[in-house]
Amino acid sequence: MAEETTPSPAAAGGGPREAAKPKPVAADASSHPWVASLAAGVPEAVLAAKQFGGQVTVTVAREKIADVARHLKEREDFAYCVDVTAVDWRDRQPRFDVVYHFYSFSKNDRIRVKCGAAEGEDVPSIAGVFLAANWSERETWDMFGIRFSGHPDLRRILTWEGFRGFPLRKDFPLEGIETGAAIYPEEWPEGGGPSPDDPNRKVVS
Amino acid sequence: MADDKLSQAERDEAAYFAERAAAAGVPRPLAGALDTPAATNAEPPTLFDVQEMELNFGPQHPSTHGVLRIILKVDGEKILEAIPDVGYLHRGTEKLFETETYPMGIPHTDRMDYIAAATNNHAYCLAIEKLIGVEVPRRAQLIRVILDELQRLSSHLVWLGTSGIDLGAVTPFWYAFREREQILDFFEEYCGARLTLNCMRIGGLPFDLTAGWVERLMEFVDDLPARIDDYEQLLTDNRIWKKRTVGIGVLTAAECIEWGLTGPILRGSGVEWDLRRAQPYECYDELDFAIPTRTGGDTYDRYIVRVQEMRQSARIIGQCIDRLAPGDIRGKVPRVIKPPAEEIYASIESPKGELGFYCVSNGTNRPYRMHCRPPSFINLQSLPKLAKGHLISDLVALIGTIDIVLGEVDR
Repeated sequence: MAEETTPSPAAAGGGPREAAKPKPVAADASSHPWVASLAAGVPEAVLAAKQFGGQVTVTVAREKIADVARHLKEREDFAYCVDVTAVDWRDRQPRFDVVYHFYSFSKNDRIRVKCGAAEGEDVPSIAGVFLAANWSERETWDMFGIRFSGHPDLRRILTWEGFRGFPLRKDFPLEGIETGAAIYPEEWPEGGGPSPDDPNRKVVS
Repeated sequence: MADDKLSQAERDEAAYFAERAAAAGVPRPLAGALDTPAATNAEPPTLFDVQEMELNFGPQHPSTHGVLRIILKVDGEKILEAIPDVGYLHRGTEKLFETETYPMGIPHTDRMDYIAAATNNHAYCLAIEKLIGVEVPRRAQLIRVILDELQRLSSHLVWLGTSGIDLGAVTPFWYAFREREQILDFFEEYCGARLTLNCMRIGGLPFDLTAGWVERLMEFVDDLPARIDDYEQLLTDNRIWKKRTVGIGVLTAAECIEWGLTGPILRGSGVEWDLRRAQPYECYDELDFAIPTRTGGDTYDRYIVRVQEMRQSARIIGQCIDRLAPGDIRGKVPRVIKPPAEEIYASIESPKGELGFYCVSNGTNRPYRMHCRPPSFINLQSLPKLAKGHLISDLVALIGTIDIVLGEVDR
């Protein structure tokens, strides 16, 4: 458990049991054992590490993310990939943060790994390391337009192939966009909906 | 199933139907073709010599529990490939969170897993409470746990009724919905709503309990084990139910972890992991309850796990009622919630698995990013693997056993 092994000043934040204590504060976590293990195992990967509310966040280099995931899974026993998502910082460079959560059954604790990605930059897919990341990465591509290189099946998942725009980007309008889909079938090639050359269209009932 | 495992009656039955089929000119299945596959990875057996075809299952099929479309490649009745197509119910909930203040996000969470709204409210509030460091008063913690467990009961009852009816067992549906109706009455009396409850607030609860609510709930909970016996009597040793569920959709513990599956699916495969025990929130650490597990990892074992969980939920509610004492129901929460510019992930054990919220704050009164880790979405990923090699009618059992709610899958 994190409480026993955390030498950092944020040890008061400790593991998940202490997380509900009033007024959590952020602290540096570069000396945390998992972060040290990552820095030693994957050279030039770790860029920053912090701890807040008992949760460790490691920022890593984008190119190394698959190696980092493999290291965490094989060396640190983070066998369960909880989630993959992203945050759009709009005016910041790089624009996006891709955020991964991993859980370890033996440590009973989580680690959050982040990497920055500029618009149009590919992030190495971790679907080859954790099968669970497959759909989460598809969702991140669908919602933010971040491509995952090496993903086995990177299609849109919540919207449809042919949809224009990425809904969770900050510059996507809340009221939505005109797609012309569905109720006016003669309009769909223009606005949205399955395009005529979409391979899924050959599927008939 | 090898012949030696069949009883005489079953052999007679098989011979009778084979004779009838032959008389009617139906092509005979190849030897062993109708056996349940031992491992889902095994090469699917050849049934009849027919052309492979593509079939759309859903999005308007009653047993898809909403709007799930599955593109099937089938050889006769046998599934060669199943490709789920989700998103028909996508409403951009995560985008909506970003445009409204923290408390205004709670009703949106009701619409995600709409048959377990209380647990959604709970996970959302928990994330923000962790972020701003609010202590929830003890009475509110206990009532939250009662509401969570009532919600787990009602969610499992809906699951029991609907997945029974999907497989042709109509009777359990009426019993399960009778009890669910009573649970919804309890919710209605507590917060005025039956489905989209909006029954939690950041730092506590909106209302205290009404007079007599606890006594009636205690009566209901005392009565519940006998009612669960009724359901079990209808299904647990039912020969048809077992034939439709035993050996269908087998998942090993390692596969579950690799696929990120949580909740009753993981416990049905022998992993004793439940967030209520592993990372206790509210007052779960002082409550006495068991985590039911089974080792078979098939649809039948997941059924047993869910039924046992209902018994444990009844126990938990009883213990919480015993501990209830007068007190505050809301912690010290500022009127305008402006968390520090930080990020937090909080998760709870929802009826379907790990339900988590990842909240990124930029120091204003609105979340900069609020992401939900939906158990249904992640669990549904395993469907192509589960369905491969089974028959189309088994697909219905498999969708049922994953226990998805499309509102949560698509958000």
